[in-house]
Amino acid sequence: MDNLDQLVAAATSDFAAATEPAKLEDAKARYLGKEGSLTALLKGLGKLPAEERKSAGAAINIAKERIESALATRRDALKNAQLEVQLATEALDVTLPGRGMSAGSLHPVTISLDRIEALFRSIGFDVADGPEIETDWHNFTALNTPENHPARSMHDTFYLQGEDGRVQEKVLLRTHTSPVQIRAMLAHTERHRDADIMPELRVICPGRVYRVDSDATHSPMFHQVEGLWIGENVSFADLKGVVADFLRRFFESDDLKVRFRPSFFPFTEPSAEIDVAFMGGALEGRWLEIAGCGMVHPNVLRCGGFDPEKYTGFAFGMGPDRLTMLRYGINDLRLFFEGDLRFLAQFK
Amino acid sequence: MQFSESWLRSLCNPALSNQELCHLLTMAGLEVEENEPVAPEFSGVVVAHVLTVDKHPDADKLKLCSVDVGEAAPLQIVCGAPNVAAGMKVPCARVGANLPGIEIKKAKVRGIESHGMLCSARELGLSEDHGGLLPLAADAVVGEDIRKHLDLDDRRITIKLTPNRADCLSVLGVARELSALTGVPLSAPEIKPVAAAIDDQRAIQLDAPASCPRYCGRIVRGVNANVPTPEWMKRRIERSGIRSISFLVDVTNYVMLEIGQPLHAFDDAELAGAVHVRLPAPGEKLLLLNEQTVTPAADTALIADDEKPLAMAGIMGGEHSGISDSTRDLFLESAYFPPAAIAGKARALGFSSDAAHRYERGVDFELQRRAIERATQLILENCGGQSGPVVEAAAPDHLPLRRPVTLRSARAAKVLGIALPDERIEAMLKSLGLQVERVAGGFRVTPPSFRFDIEIEEDLIEEIARIHGYDSIPSLPPVARVAMMPASESKKSAMALRRQVAARGYHEVVTYSFVEAAWESDFAANAAPVVLANPIASQMGVMRSTLVGGLVGTLAANRKRQIDRVRVFEIGRCFRREAGAGPVDGFTQPLRVGGLAAGAAQPEQWGTTTRRVDFYDLKADVEAVFAPRRLEFVKAAHPALHPGRCAEVRLDGVCVGHIGELHPRWVQKYELGTAPVVFELELPALLATPFPAYVEVSRFPAVVRDLALVVPLGQALAPLLAGLKAAAPAIVRDVALFDVYQGKGLAESEKSLAFRIVMQDTQRTLEDAEVDAVIADLLAVAGRDFAASLRG
Repeated sequence: MDNLDQLVAAATSDFAAATEPAKLEDAKARYLGKEGSLTALLKGLGKLPAEERKSAGAAINIAKERIESALATRRDALKNAQLEVQLATEALDVTLPGRGMSAGSLHPVTISLDRIEALFRSIGFDVADGPEIETDWHNFTALNTPENHPARSMHDTFYLQGEDGRVQEKVLLRTHTSPVQIRAMLAHTERHRDADIMPELRVICPGRVYRVDSDATHSPMFHQVEGLWIGENVSFADLKGVVADFLRRFFESDDLKVRFRPSFFPFTEPSAEIDVAFMGGALEGRWLEIAGCGMVHPNVLRCGGFDPEKYTGFAFGMGPDRLTMLRYGINDLRLFFEGDLRFLAQFK
Repeated sequence: MQFSESWLRSLCNPALSNQELCHLLTMAGLEVEENEPVAPEFSGVVVAHVLTVDKHPDADKLKLCSVDVGEAAPLQIVCGAPNVAAGMKVPCARVGANLPGIEIKKAKVRGIESHGMLCSARELGLSEDHGGLLPLAADAVVGEDIRKHLDLDDRRITIKLTPNRADCLSVLGVARELSALTGVPLSAPEIKPVAAAIDDQRAIQLDAPASCPRYCGRIVRGVNANVPTPEWMKRRIERSGIRSISFLVDVTNYVMLEIGQPLHAFDDAELAGAVHVRLPAPGEKLLLLNEQTVTPAADTALIADDEKPLAMAGIMGGEHSGISDSTRDLFLESAYFPPAAIAGKARALGFSSDAAHRYERGVDFELQRRAIERATQLILENCGGQSGPVVEAAAPDHLPLRRPVTLRSARAAKVLGIALPDERIEAMLKSLGLQVERVAGGFRVTPPSFRFDIEIEEDLIEEIARIHGYDSIPSLPPVARVAMMPASESKKSAMALRRQVAARGYHEVVTYSFVEAAWESDFAANAAPVVLANPIASQMGVMRSTLVGGLVGTLAANRKRQIDRVRVFEIGRCFRREAGAGPVDGFTQPLRVGGLAAGAAQPEQWGTTTRRVDFYDLKADVEAVFAPRRLEFVKAAHPALHPGRCAEVRLDGVCVGHIGELHPRWVQKYELGTAPVVFELELPALLATPFPAYVEVSRFPAVVRDLALVVPLGQALAPLLAGLKAAAPAIVRDVALFDVYQGKGLAESEKSLAFRIVMQDTQRTLEDAEVDAVIADLLAVAGRDFAASLRG
């Protein structure tokens, strides 16, 4: 049966020589096609004597299987080679930039306000909002700051001109977010008018405020966040706890130093300024004034509809602009209001 | 309040370093704002006596001096100062001395040895004066270190006083506080009454007792107005931030700084008859010391004599009755003016004065006589003269009352969150000079005449907290009953909206709420904006009624920085006068969202063709932030926008804003180069968001058919689409435009709109015949109502 082995070897070699599918199919026809050599051998079986036919047939079938297997192997190889070529031509430069829209950005102070709101929400503070053109009563009088009170000179107030061209004395641009305290208290005490014990009022009021002042560290318009907590048993120790906790969470710094020192605001008594000192970074160890706070003055509680004998509370006001500057190391307040995209785009 | 540390220590001197002292004051509420040395560091400078002065043999402008510095032999020093003269005492930097910036060495000056340097004030870093040597007092001790002689190791301390602490507007007041904080006793200056040497006096008449319930006056005759102010006094007032002017002026300032009582000295020769404190006659005018002529308001008290006004009571003296170099006879005033009579008056006239600053915060109303005695004593000691008796006029009914205030220990514990022993509370209150009486459950406390800030229990609680130390009150995590807060699914937060807008490529800006009037008229046709009475600058003169100005301003500023592609947005309030609207009567203050895009639609990038942003890009952004709610865009006019490229945005039939391309006129006026597209929307409309309404999903296959309609060029899409949808049966799930075509194959007056129509039933598979029928119906409706035909 050497002939059969030679035939298989010849076919395998012919297949290998075929470098593309069409030539492989030609080669296949030469062996396995109608006129193919192996087909011819199978046809010739009938001429053999019966006792030889069986073994010869088996040998030819084995050879046929070997040729078919060689063919299949070669077909796979050719297909793979073809795929390789396709893949190679389809290769991308993966280092080219992605396409599409670019993302915008949030204002850095907005990012701070969002964090402030989230931190206070986590201990049950709601968020309140108030008008920016405000009445003199809400901005000053209800906050225990009557006309001609020296504390009014602490705020250089923007007043509006009436339609008759004269100064409208009863309205102004709010100089702080504290008037929202009054609005929140009045709404709360009205809502719970019939309650024996009023639920606690916990609220923060972020927003824009205005003062006649402009230089590298003052802007005539800036942001403030007011916080207020009124209940039956709210103390100065609670105020210290809440504000210090907030500042450490806001700056993500457990070792932030926080100190409270006596100060004066007409609407709180006792009053305090809050200073912080960082334990690292460019401002390490320096005390930085960051907020004002105190226990809500009984006159203010009364204006808000609370009985000061029964309820006590604390309030604080801080500047998110300054908090933001400290957090990101921004050195000029004016950048917040200039709309320079090169600055803004850094806060994604 | 600025003062010299050594002056303070002369009244109360605790064993604390400068740093410790400042920290203590700060933590007690007297915030130390500045704490700086009065002189830079230097050493080796002593008091020297110039013995002889000779010409330098080789230099015209130099002198050869022989100088006694308290050693066995005088030193030879070359000096170029023009004022050097034999006999004067001057500072001398000896060899080895370290001055600011120089070290003194033995040197040869034009061939002659010089053993030191005689110094000017500038060379010692004391002032900018370098006109000559700093002359020292004739009785200065030769050889004494100049730092000791001039008290140069002193420091200037500035405390930022809160308006309630008027009692600390004097060195004595700060010392009193320091004594309470440290327990170190106060050594107040000894003030003895000066007996009258003459009988001369002026009657005093309080015609406006509410404005002046106490007035002390005294004549001092025969003073020498030209004596120099003693060095020690000059140093103290200058280190307190007040310029030395003349002895008589200085002495009134000195007493004010020392004990807190403002004084005024009149030239007695200018006064006629009695002294009155009265309200002004209508139209009465007065020329003040600051050369300002004022017509005082009807409630502003004047000091006057029988004939004329002399001064604005407690605010500023008059020009004509003030003292001068030629004054021989004085009339001294020491009066109490209550805060209500003074508050705001100086500010209303556009100036401030040390006296008004103190009176409007509260001056001790029992101090007047002591102050006039103190001033008399200093005047007589230094410039001679003879004093008359003190004449005091008082209206006791109008003097402030010091009502006792009850302090309950339990209330203090409730407010502070810490219980302090009664003994401790009592000791602290007494240390502050308060009168304390024990009553059941607490104390009855009467404040002294120098404290104007103790009226209610909380004021006393603050005093306790302050002296105890805020640092010593614990920080406690609060305990509260908690209830969950509502979290509505039908309301989006402003923050969520911001993130959504930012995700579409917009950068958030914060622009000023006050803008220039032109922006209001250009972008809002607003001829009557809300005007500020006292704007910081004219271009910030009116309140905005639209966000468009700020956005256009931002674009212009960025274009100047060569940034072409700008996408910005802002959320903020706008302001208009409108009767009876909103929380403040007469004004509406809606919150709006404004956006602006200019330049390329997408950031410049490879593989895409660059195209400029247009109306439809922003329309997609607006639709996206309102999704899933559907908006209606109706052609409209807006003063800021291109009349052909502007739409009103409607939600459920209500206008919620505008969108459009900026009017070419404003593009040109504001030098923007290319037109931006802007939108401005009402914020509340954007935050309401519908609760999802579930609709059953079909299991049966959908059939999709396209329908291209040829319509007249001017046909707007919205009515056609609405018509098709109205005519479609329930099985039509969606009709959507997917192509707009103009050009080849169509007449110039035509365009083609191609719609994709999706049909599906929830209960069965649709049959071809019914689908064909729907398409035929839609085509018929389009043909009948919109002159549309099927595109061939």
